[in-house]
Amino acid sequence: MSDSNELRIVEAVRQALHEEMVRDSEVLVYGEDVGIDGGVFRATQGLIEDHPGRVHDSPLGEAGIIGLGIGLAATGLKPVPEIQFQSFLYQGFHQLQQHASRLRSRSRGTLSCPMTIRTPYGGGIRALEHHSDSYEAGFAHVPGLKVVIPSTPSDTKGLLTAAIRDPDPVVFMEPTRLYRAFREPVPEGEHVVSLGEAAIRRTGDELTVVAWGSMVREATDAVDKTGVSADVIDLRTISPMDTDAIVESVKKTGRCVVVHEAPRTAGMAAEIVARITDEAFLYLEAPVERVTGYDVPVPMFAREEAYLPNSDRIATAIERTVGF
Amino acid sequence: MPRSTVAEFTIESVRILDEKGAVDEELVPSLSEETLIDLYRQMRRSRRLDERAIALQRRGELGTYAPAIGQEAAQVGSAAALDTGDWIVPAFREQVLYVMRGTPLHKILWYAMGMEEGAEIPDGANVMPPSIPVGSQALHATGIGWGKALRGEQAAAITYFGDGATSHGDVYEALNFAGAYDAQTVFLCQNNQYAISTPRRVQSRAETLAQKAVAAGIKGIQVDGNDVLGVYAATTEALEHARQGNPVLIEAETYRRSMHTTSDDPSVYRSDEEEAEWEKRDPITRFETYLRSEDVLDDDRIEDIGAAIESELEEAIARAKAGQSEVDPVDMFRHTFAELPPVLEQQLAEYKVMRDE
Repeated sequence: MSDSNELRIVEAVRQALHEEMVRDSEVLVYGEDVGIDGGVFRATQGLIEDHPGRVHDSPLGEAGIIGLGIGLAATGLKPVPEIQFQSFLYQGFHQLQQHASRLRSRSRGTLSCPMTIRTPYGGGIRALEHHSDSYEAGFAHVPGLKVVIPSTPSDTKGLLTAAIRDPDPVVFMEPTRLYRAFREPVPEGEHVVSLGEAAIRRTGDELTVVAWGSMVREATDAVDKTGVSADVIDLRTISPMDTDAIVESVKKTGRCVVVHEAPRTAGMAAEIVARITDEAFLYLEAPVERVTGYDVPVPMFAREEAYLPNSDRIATAIERTVGF
Repeated sequence: MPRSTVAEFTIESVRILDEKGAVDEELVPSLSEETLIDLYRQMRRSRRLDERAIALQRRGELGTYAPAIGQEAAQVGSAAALDTGDWIVPAFREQVLYVMRGTPLHKILWYAMGMEEGAEIPDGANVMPPSIPVGSQALHATGIGWGKALRGEQAAAITYFGDGATSHGDVYEALNFAGAYDAQTVFLCQNNQYAISTPRRVQSRAETLAQKAVAAGIKGIQVDGNDVLGVYAATTEALEHARQGNPVLIEAETYRRSMHTTSDDPSVYRSDEEEAEWEKRDPITRFETYLRSEDVLDDDRIEDIGAAIESELEEAIARAKAGQSEVDPVDMFRHTFAELPPVLEQQLAEYKVMRDE
């Protein structure tokens, strides 16, 4: 394990896993290539040596990986499986939707599924097809699942720790393109960031910008480019969402732009806009804009730059909203 | 209640051409000199395409690429047994199958350059686009094979997947449906010993992967996947069965001699000794030895074939690079639906405004 507290996101993942495995002997890591290989992004590197018998390479099968986690959790273990890429979580979606998310409600609270499913998501990594999806809205649409997306190394450690300790199933989506993008100081030892609480990355009074994961930096850059005085809200937990943070900010600014790289139709921005109209309708000075991926399959990398929202596209939306 | 045996199963294994290039005269399929040379040429072409692609990727000119180095016999031998009406349902490591079905080499490179144009299927080629979600395509092949049966057509479907895919529910469902519906389908499992870093023994306790057919009630057979003649013969036989509505699973035992993809480093999880062991079993080397012994090939012919492949690749690489500059992002809106719905029309217009600012 690294002694330095300046970590990248991928190293923060590793540190959180390691420290939680040290703290709680019931935490268990398994998945495709997570052992000897250390994970295809090296997020689990070294764990198999540090925690003999608690890190397992798995056969190739996502339904199996998720389904086994449900059983492992029933025996009192705390499974933290890795799904190699978020797009392959669809292969285990029925286990997630039909069992993991509702074990608590179906058993009237006698059983639960404290499983944390880690998975890298999102584009901008010049990947093969089916390696760039952002399906957070689909997971958030499943009652009983928590969905978390960090955007910084420090939050990665704190949120992953909270997710592992959470009594309910959590889909923990790691922004692939930020894995090695930058370092920042990460608190050593105990560091927990509560699920369900947004972070305010910038404060201002003319506009509210909401983003998460790899879009937070793009949104912040866009705000800097325009010089607009804006609150930049990093949602961090997609479900359950910190509605209050958004509503309070919109009541102050009267304007809002929501950014995500997933397709627009039925994306999380639609839900955010709905909550704003529910709770802050009379404060609005302009329509809430969505800056998102288009409603097309994520293109392969020769065209992904055109698909992914960037700071220019966000800046245009900011200017339109502020000038409305 | 007495106990009695109600069912017993055996799995056969076939090898015609051994590592030293010697054949079993009883089993060797009767192939014309032209066909033999063509098999050899396709295997060499596949090998060189992969080698050039890895080098291009290392120079940043291609994205992630999955080479089939070491698996040429399994791929070329099986595809050569097909009729043009038979469908091919590949995974993501079967570039040579597209080449054999008429996709020009520069398009293979385009796909690796992240261009959808690279996955365009030549008219009437009867091949599905690459399938990246492991094992998911096996069901499509069952669907095609069932469809052919329902339509009373003779054609079959063949699908390709690896050892890892046999752990996937989709693959078992494909085998089981195929048996239940008399689908005209052949399943070709290239057991290349690794699913990325996970060795075959971790994947399943089953002694063979061919026996995965047993539970589905269909025939399973193992073949030396580095023996192009054995693979050809086993596939020919499997296709005869499949055309009668009897699906077959073939396990071709082979070895992925290079990386899973260019993003992978095999030195982390396997030994040089093991790699050296499999180098001795290389499918091209042994086939070349055999063809020399049969006077089908000599130094001159081998050199001519090699030179022709090199110039073909040079041309393909130049053409691929030239086409890269013509990528129009608007294309992503074009093929999502048969007709552009209003919501996408609006988004397309939005995109054009952004682009032209």
